[in-house]
Amino acid sequence: MAHAETTTFKAPPFDSARMRASMEAVAIPLGALIVSAFIFSMFLMILGKSPVQFFQLVWRGGFGTSFSFQNTLQRAAPLILTGLAFAIPARIGLVMIGAEGALVVGGFAAAALAIPLVSAQMPVYLTMVLMILIAMLAGGAWNAIAGWLKHTRGVNETISTLLLTYIAIAFMNFFVEGALRDPASQNKPSTMPIGKEYMVENIPGTDVHWGLVFGLVLALALQVLMSRTTFGFAARVTGGNPRAALAQGLPVGGLIVTCSAIAGACAGLAGYFEVAAIHGQANASLVAGYGFTGILVAFLARHNPLMIIPVAIMFGAIEASGGLVQRRMDMPDATALVLQGIIFVVLLASESLYGRFAIFQPKLDRERT
Amino acid sequence: MTADTLTTILIAMLGGAIRVSTPFIFVALGETLTEKSGRINLGLEGNLVLGAMVGYAISFQSGSPWLGVIAAGFSGVFLGLMHGAICSLKKVNDIAVGIAMMSFGTGVAFFFGKPYIQPSAPRLESLPLGGWSSNPALEQALEINPLFIVGILIAVAMWWALANTRIGLVVRMTGDSEPAARAMGINPIKVRILATAAGGFLAGIGGAFLSLSYPGSWNEGLSSGQGLMAVALVIFARWDPLRCIFAALLFGAAGALGPALQSVGISQGYYFFNAAPYILTLFIMVAASGRNSARAAPGELSIAK
Repeated sequence: MAHAETTTFKAPPFDSARMRASMEAVAIPLGALIVSAFIFSMFLMILGKSPVQFFQLVWRGGFGTSFSFQNTLQRAAPLILTGLAFAIPARIGLVMIGAEGALVVGGFAAAALAIPLVSAQMPVYLTMVLMILIAMLAGGAWNAIAGWLKHTRGVNETISTLLLTYIAIAFMNFFVEGALRDPASQNKPSTMPIGKEYMVENIPGTDVHWGLVFGLVLALALQVLMSRTTFGFAARVTGGNPRAALAQGLPVGGLIVTCSAIAGACAGLAGYFEVAAIHGQANASLVAGYGFTGILVAFLARHNPLMIIPVAIMFGAIEASGGLVQRRMDMPDATALVLQGIIFVVLLASESLYGRFAIFQPKLDRERT
Repeated sequence: MTADTLTTILIAMLGGAIRVSTPFIFVALGETLTEKSGRINLGLEGNLVLGAMVGYAISFQSGSPWLGVIAAGFSGVFLGLMHGAICSLKKVNDIAVGIAMMSFGTGVAFFFGKPYIQPSAPRLESLPLGGWSSNPALEQALEINPLFIVGILIAVAMWWALANTRIGLVVRMTGDSEPAARAMGINPIKVRILATAAGGFLAGIGGAFLSLSYPGSWNEGLSSGQGLMAVALVIFARWDPLRCIFAALLFGAAGALGPALQSVGISQGYYFFNAAPYILTLFIMVAASGRNSARAAPGELSIAK
């Protein structure tokens, strides 16, 4: 049985090199978080505020009680989806920052489709399925424009996705202020409310809507797609070296457009839940910054779909505790933005640390050199 | 539509173009300088917002809007130095750092800007250059802010300096070929940090224009992507400071389309016309993605590779 022998040689039961690499991928972002917390503490101390009180309040407001933890999970749900919307194109080497726009397009499309369906009193579950489909299709198609322009014309995808975001917001305002405006919405122009019975309910026994479950399932599915399938392998090859991928005959254009579409669909789904579980209608509240926080979530998770879940929960906690911090410490709501900005900058600076620590490198290399 | 209405729309667009284009000119010039050195700074949106806040706050505190303009410039230098220094670390992607600086600059501006949303600060006075005209609309359109003129002077100076001075040569050399620059004894990292800081200064001044002239007050929705549109504008202008002026005027005119139509009573689709500058930018990026533009791009630029 020579064949069996070679396989045991080639695949040792414990893959230490891979283990070390993933330890590095956790340790360096964690270190960056600690450094950011330190810098932010200095910032607070200069302003005469207590960093200890700040982190205590974030803990209490984010995880302290079951109510606050559910609030955290509620806010983590869209962050998981927008995090995925950044991470999937990142795996193929694209920096797409248009999740905010795809979220708006998806949420608006769902709310617009709901108007005729609700007035025709269609069955609730059919309406929900159709709304979810249109939200994902609209968000996916919207973001795919940027992927398509990238592949066919070489248009920089970072700038085009951001422009598409502003165009999406303008389009929504155009309809919400005009043709699709609910006359009853005086101060905040909105579409017609979809009605209580068509709203997404909470997971039984909690105050968290079903969007969280969708986010978890999608994260798992995309993890499998990106790491266990031919599609994911081809995407990673393209991300690593587009020219080699082209030389190998991989359908680079199709991969780029598909990854962009998946990303947009994730963000569009987040838009659906914002409309169908939180606001009940489409209006300017959809532009809440989830798309932009998702970028940071994905970076911290190193574009790993499963790691996005805990990171999204952490940022959900920061947002959930915002009100408490504002009231107790008399700080503006932009405090969370400053903290996010610091984490983002430190995290990117920490990219240069990969490969610097001997402890995380495969042992084989050290013995050879 | 009569000829009269058309004239009104055109004059309103001219006035709008001059007003709206000024921040574009400054941010685009800053970005041109940075990109000429071989680095892209997507974070100028952050410089713009922070510059607007700092300019407004200093003008309010000191009573001198010009002091505000200078302070706004230095807030931009601060962000530019940060961007430049972080990008100089190995394995760090300048586009990602730009996104981070955008969120950092905006966060800091919103944090410290809260107390300045209500009070009104002294604004930059415009120069009435339309006094010769009997048409009041044209007269109003030609009320030009001194910063617009400063911007044009800087553009001409930068165009001349890039082509004719030693500093210009060093910047272009660093941007076109890092090995060649090293061979000449130039430290590319130093050049890029300085170019990003100088570019940040200009973008900060562009921000001060937003809060001190037009729209002329500080609030959190002040800048809506002008900093990023300027990056596209630089590609459209093919990294040429003089072309930046015309590109900025074009963008300004696109932005003024909605308000101009509204001024003659066409309010239908006002919100749709808000999207005009972004759609125009997107079309320009598609059109500019041809070969001509790639040839004009600095060789070390990550988006050109």
